Amino acid sequence: MSSVTAVRVVLPTPLRVLAAIPTAEVTLEVDGAGAVTQRAVLAALEARYPALVGTVRDQATGRRRPFVRFFACQEDLSHEPPDDPLPAAVAAGAEPFVVLGAIAGG
Amino acid sequence: MTTVRVLVGTRKGAFVFTADAGRQDWTVDGPQFAGWEIYHAKGSPVDPDRIYASQSSSWFGQVVHRSDDGGKSWRTVGNTFQYEGTPGTHQWYDGSPHPWEFARVWHLEPSLDEPDTVYAGVEDAALFRSTDGGSTWSELPGLRGHGTGPAWQPGAGGMCLHTLVLDHANPDRMFAAISAAGAFRTDDAGQSWKPITKGLVSAFLPDPTAEVGHCVHRIAQHPARPDTLYMQKHWDVLRTDDAGESWTEISGDLPTDFGFPIAVHPHEEDTVYVVPITSDAVHYPPNGQLRVYRSRTGGGEWEPLTDGLPQAHCYVDILRDAMDVDDCEPAGVYFGTTGGQLYASADGGDHWRAVAEHLPPVLSVEVQRLG
Repeated sequence: MSSVTAVRVVLPTPLRVLAAIPTAEVTLEVDGAGAVTQRAVLAALEARYPALVGTVRDQATGRRRPFVRFFACQEDLSHEPPDDPLPAAVAAGAEPFVVLGAIAGG
Repeated sequence: MTTVRVLVGTRKGAFVFTADAGRQDWTVDGPQFAGWEIYHAKGSPVDPDRIYASQSSSWFGQVVHRSDDGGKSWRTVGNTFQYEGTPGTHQWYDGSPHPWEFARVWHLEPSLDEPDTVYAGVEDAALFRSTDGGSTWSELPGLRGHGTGPAWQPGAGGMCLHTLVLDHANPDRMFAAISAAGAFRTDDAGQSWKPITKGLVSAFLPDPTAEVGHCVHRIAQHPARPDTLYMQKHWDVLRTDDAGESWTEISGDLPTDFGFPIAVHPHEEDTVYVVPITSDAVHYPPNGQLRVYRSRTGGGEWEPLTDGLPQAHCYVDILRDAMDVDDCEPAGVYFGTTGGQLYASADGGDHWRAVAEHLPPVLSVEVQRLG
């Protein structure tokens, strides 16, 4: 059974500029048959904004880029397995999934 | 009417400078891609308004942009660089095997005759080609796979294919340079490659005359005499007159033969430019004096060019892709510095002026003559 859910995603400014996204937050239709996962959210993000392919996760390995972090519900989810369910509040659209560029100098 | 356009890639964006044939009054457009590292931007020789740009970021990876209107507007194109077959390993800094991993595009080289064809030299070192304007990329695996790949080792900046010279006389011939693997040539359009390092001597190698392992910084060719190439190596400036079959050192009376860029005068096959840097450990000009050295004899005898360049307290570096020439009459010579200056000479290097002085560190300079 298909189960599409609306997930809110907050992107860092450089990626919004790259993909010509005028708002700080986008709402994605995520196929969440079973559970809404990090992998499903990123797939939906890349499908809607092809310019972001490879910018959040490495294309060859699928791994999160080292200087990118994932936050939601006041939790750092960066090291969670990509196929684990995201918090229910994210899956319900009540809280955003935040993609963050790590702070670094230069 | 002739227009000269200079494409400048920096650590914080790209800048486009334009001037008329006099090359005295410059306008600047930028920063484009503000905040992003632009490793290289270069236009097609047959369609100058078709420009490719490599944007790289430690945060967000590799992005490739393309412009079809001379840099006024851009769109992202393909950024999938997948090694052909099983990537295998090269040597890591400690000599241990390390898997080949794509990091970034160092150099984009548009085809001499087809605007939709462009080559990408990447880190970890490999050569990719697109024939659809950058939308998709395929590796030319003969270079990485010709046999010595497992012995290649990165230089301090990473194991990068940073130089690709497309032969103007022979469409099947290309020259590539890799830090720190050396120099290679193909005579069959990239299917197979061979090292061209006879005559190179590198004291940091266990065998200083080994076939691979040399840290070649840059190679330049004059289109009218394609078998003659000039090389700036980690140390030593060299030339070949037989398309790389053998090299001869031409450092001559240079104050130091360490440096990164090398360029050939567009109208004089024996006129060559380098920017000597103090040493491999001290990356600024000797005595804080920024001097381009010009040889009119194909090397060996060099003259310092100083007029308009800072001759005291200058501690910048000039990176390998940050020097180019235009083919106006008289020829123009340009280079950018890690201190954010863009210097230009409209008379072959006799006189220089700073076109810009406060850019981010300059990574690449490419010049186009339009009209």
